Amino acid sequence: MENFKHIQTAHCENGVTVSLLKHNGVEFMTEPLAFGLGSGLFYIHIPFMKVNNGPAISFRTMPGAIFKRTCKSLDIKVERKKFKSKIEAQFFLNEKLNEGIPVGCQVGVFHLNYFPKAYRFHFNAHNLIVFGQEDGKYLISDPVMETTTTLFPEELEKVRFAQGALAPKGQLYFPKTIGDITEERLRNAINKGIKRNCRDMLHIPGGIAGVKGINYTANKIRGWRDKLGERQAALYLGQIVRMQEEIGTGGGGFRFLYAAFLDEASEILGNDKLLNISDQLTKSGDLWRDSALQMSGIYKGRLTSQKDYDDCASLLNEISNVEKEAFKQLSKIVIK
Amino acid sequence: MKKSDLPQDKSDLVNFTREVCYVKNENGKYEAELSSGWDVKTDALNSAWLDIENRIEEAKNLFLSGEASPIEYYMELKLMDYTVLAGYTGFWKWQIKKHKNPKTFNTLNDRKLQKYASAFGVTLIELKKPSF
Repeated sequence: MENFKHIQTAHCENGVTVSLLKHNGVEFMTEPLAFGLGSGLFYIHIPFMKVNNGPAISFRTMPGAIFKRTCKSLDIKVERKKFKSKIEAQFFLNEKLNEGIPVGCQVGVFHLNYFPKAYRFHFNAHNLIVFGQEDGKYLISDPVMETTTTLFPEELEKVRFAQGALAPKGQLYFPKTIGDITEERLRNAINKGIKRNCRDMLHIPGGIAGVKGINYTANKIRGWRDKLGERQAALYLGQIVRMQEEIGTGGGGFRFLYAAFLDEASEILGNDKLLNISDQLTKSGDLWRDSALQMSGIYKGRLTSQKDYDDCASLLNEISNVEKEAFKQLSKIVIK
Repeated sequence: MKKSDLPQDKSDLVNFTREVCYVKNENGKYEAELSSGWDVKTDALNSAWLDIENRIEEAKNLFLSGEASPIEYYMELKLMDYTVLAGYTGFWKWQIKKHKNPKTFNTLNDRKLQKYASAFGVTLIELKKPSF
């Protein structure tokens, strides 16, 4: 596909969404916009579950949701397919490539050879685009990479059929039909994306999701040093920082990305009030970075006392308040 | 975060890629900017790997003292949990738990062992007798 353009983004799913939509003529799509239309910002701390021997925490909505919601809100029909058979999965992919259609694929990272070894865990919700074949290799556009890369068919098969939690099962997806996207539709889509994000951050019952979830983690942190011992507790904090800052978040646990979305939304809608909320999200992102710095003092062994853990927790309480206020105000802004 | 505050520290991403971060430029507008890394999270990643190495070492010692089969060791070495290994081998989690016992492990035929070997990406001989 000669006309396919690789686009690097912070997060893989945003990137696949942006690239595939732009390729299909939705020129105005940007990463912040895709993230906002997909109501990407979130916080959840799932109790009793472990990921890589640490706490299960996420700063964004569930995998797959951003592509799905963004397309739906713009009335774009999507084809999504999972496979039982590896042969069928490859056959279908080749067919689409021959038709000139770049295809989004969900893959596992562990066997993804072009990733640095230190990043290769059994994480199965990574996304990339296959946009052609050349010299017996597939041409790959991985949104977190600066340039395009390639994979041999057997390598691609391995990552498409990675095993474990969220196993991709060869899953692929691409936009099928795109209608005329009017300004009216875009405005409504932004409105809907914001409303849904306010709901997710403020109104999910139980205390583990949204702004309440951040306080839940804060309370846990206060008890970790006594309960787990210093070594394990420090590792848990390291896990939070990784979920928050590792490649894909755009920094500050996606908060800067959402602030950037509100800036764009303000321009599109001509509503200055959104800029003020954007500033509050920027502040929250900065506070998340501060808390990461504080936590790093602990896992580097420089800080060891209970008070240092309490300081981390207090920062998280403060963040929770900032985000609660921001989303409360956001939900009251009438968008037209 | 201001553009001027974006860290450009050395990290494992060197020679692979740089990552996109969202920062505010001089005019107070958001823009995407590339970063080579941030020490705070590099340290988090390093401490996670240090823990993994400890776990591998513990599993190795359990194997050497005859308390655990090589499956324990290879699971740690390949960062696998039960869900991952069950997916690759087709065994149930409770079967894998049993196979971690050296006595049970020694009764497995080569056909079953081959499933583990393939999942770990090693030969049958390497599976039975890991070289450290």
